[in-house]
Amino acid sequence: MDFSFTEEQQLLKDSLEKFVVSDYDFEDRRKLVASDLGYSTEHWNMFAELGWLGMPFKEEDGGYGGSATDLMVVMQSLGKGLVVEPVLANTVLAGHMVSSLGSAAQKDSLIGGLIGGESQMALAFAEKQARYDLTNVATKAEANANGYSISGEKIAVLNAPNANHLIVIARTSGEQRSTAGISAFVVGKDAEGLSLNSYTTVDGFKGAEVRLNNVQVSADALLGDAGSALTALESTMDMARIAVCAEALGCMETLLFKTVEYTKTRKQFGVTLSFFQALQHRMADMFTECQQASSILYMAAMKVDSNAEDASIAVSAAKARIGQAAKLVGQEAVQLHGGMGVTDELDVGHYFKRLTIIDTLFGNTDYHLKRYADAM
Amino acid sequence: MNIDFTEEELAFQQEVRQFFDENYPKDIQAKVDANIHPEKEDFVRWQKILNKKGWFAENWPEEYGGPGWNATQRYIVQQEKARARVIINMPFGVTMVAPVIYTYGTEEQKKRFLPDILETNVWWCQGYSEPGAGSDLAGLKTTGVRDGDDYIINGTKTWTTLGHYADWIFCLVRTDSECKKKQQGISFILVDMKTPGISVSPILTLDEEREVNEVHFDNVRVPAANLIGEENQGWTYAKLLLTHERTSIANVQNSKVRLEKVKQLAKATAAHDGEGLLWDDGMFRSKVANVELELTALEYTELRTLAAVASGGAPGPESSILKIKGTEVMQAIDELLVELAGYHAVPFTQAQYHEGFEGERIGDWFESNTGPHYFNNRKQSIFGGTNEIQKGIICKAVLGL
Repeated sequence: MDFSFTEEQQLLKDSLEKFVVSDYDFEDRRKLVASDLGYSTEHWNMFAELGWLGMPFKEEDGGYGGSATDLMVVMQSLGKGLVVEPVLANTVLAGHMVSSLGSAAQKDSLIGGLIGGESQMALAFAEKQARYDLTNVATKAEANANGYSISGEKIAVLNAPNANHLIVIARTSGEQRSTAGISAFVVGKDAEGLSLNSYTTVDGFKGAEVRLNNVQVSADALLGDAGSALTALESTMDMARIAVCAEALGCMETLLFKTVEYTKTRKQFGVTLSFFQALQHRMADMFTECQQASSILYMAAMKVDSNAEDASIAVSAAKARIGQAAKLVGQEAVQLHGGMGVTDELDVGHYFKRLTIIDTLFGNTDYHLKRYADAM
Repeated sequence: MNIDFTEEELAFQQEVRQFFDENYPKDIQAKVDANIHPEKEDFVRWQKILNKKGWFAENWPEEYGGPGWNATQRYIVQQEKARARVIINMPFGVTMVAPVIYTYGTEEQKKRFLPDILETNVWWCQGYSEPGAGSDLAGLKTTGVRDGDDYIINGTKTWTTLGHYADWIFCLVRTDSECKKKQQGISFILVDMKTPGISVSPILTLDEEREVNEVHFDNVRVPAANLIGEENQGWTYAKLLLTHERTSIANVQNSKVRLEKVKQLAKATAAHDGEGLLWDDGMFRSKVANVELELTALEYTELRTLAAVASGGAPGPESSILKIKGTEVMQAIDELLVELAGYHAVPFTQAQYHEGFEGERIGDWFESNTGPHYFNNRKQSIFGGTNEIQKGIICKAVLGL
């Protein structure tokens, strides 16, 4: 057993955190969120140049890492700065699907662009009726002479407005909740019959509801074998869960730090807030939650990396426990900042928003608690 | 980062498992399985076996007789101990006073006290708390007044766990009452319990067991040679001991075993409404799952602390988390056990959980002891510095509040 980072991971962590602390200003972030694009191409190109976008990919795919631990290091640091550049949607959600299922040619044409920062992708998997059930796929892809025709509706597709390509999960066979028959397709954003209702998410990212109306794709748009994408989708979800858990940990660490600092300076009743034990103990609880979150995340990441039999359940353990921690730390940070905590101008509330949405993504606390309990 | 055991670690695990299988007395194991209180003799016998193997003083440096285990090895030993239902090492000598002696004691004191601790020839107890000084430990009033080559000690210590078994007590006494800060003027001294003027009286806890005591000092004459370190510097030594104490309280592996027991029992117990098994009741199972998540996180928090200790120094103020979360988990498991026992949590059947009971037993497994155990274990969040004190330590030492 070993709990230390490799030298490469430590260097990566240091450079990411340096960027977040010195170059990622909250006011600039607000402007980015309000812009049409929603992120900075300058940052994005820099991420690519420094190899950060390559960290979630294995060397054989042209990346520089690919382990859950590598991903954790990247995402925790990004979480600390509430970075709005779409690393998750591109490199984890879409990237992991292509990496898991793509042919050599597909990887060549798609992953290179992700690592190099030239292309943008999105994974369209969620459907309204499915909640968190990955097998509940109503979107249909019907084989025809020219390939497949895809129809259906996808919701909350992160980064879809900026994507050149969407990975669309659609059913090529089977009943609506059958585990077999689920396929993944690469669909160009400008494909005929594809329409987006785009929005900014509540936590500052870009997203869209995506409608597919007889979208015709060629046979080579299929990723992997027809009907067998579920395993890859599940492992992509696990990587995405690790990613957002790490991001949440970063957010929580920043909130704890900011809250402690704030209570040391803000005066009421003639003393700083840090003087009050009723507040002190709540910050001790926030600290404890951060530590427990960190521990269970390390456990899950290490289990994924060692291909443990119970790796996916360990990921559920982390997602459930970190969901609990995130709620406590987020709510308490806002509460301890008093009125300022609920203003749009202060960053604290924005970290809280991100934490809240992270719990909603890829299975919330109760979903994962039940998944864990069922496996006990 | 890597979660897997190496070949050497797996071999070590086998070695430990085999040693416990072959050497842990079966009669003590049977008591643990039946929830019968172990006697003093049981602890002494087992600790001597452990020490013969060189595995007793887990937290000691090798030069004093510690096994020299790294963090992973200590973790493996804890796991295997839990697996074999091994009783705890009585902490007062080996875990608590010994680090103070080998860190701050003279060569003469080390030679005099450490071998008997290693061999469990001497049973130690703790003279910290007083009727007027609980969480506010530095408010202690027991006095030590220098008189020639001796100190004369007067006062009362309380919550002295198994003090009625003890041969020696380590005490915090006030040797200077003129100091500005109450943490100053405290000295750390070792006292033979047979010294004239010491009397021990029992305090029964909610399970009506004699576990703790009051120890009274009436003009007790103690040689100054028994003073550890410098006079009036005892608070520094006391704090070192407290960090070791806190770290040992978490008891993660024991909680894992008890939670497994909860699961087994729930699979063999009808649901509250009689429909199917309790295990299949989602409300019950989600409680178990929540405890298990906390425990899993705690296990890795403990491992990270152990790893940090292995790479330098005593456990830091983060050990307060182990104490808080460890005791919360223990208490949550106690609640689950009472719930599992149902109506058989009602009878008070103290005698059947002591050696020598020959009457007709009430209840299966240890149903009727779950209540007393639950009541007794409310102490967990109170002793060793209440969990609120631990939060205070986190605030001060970690968050800088």
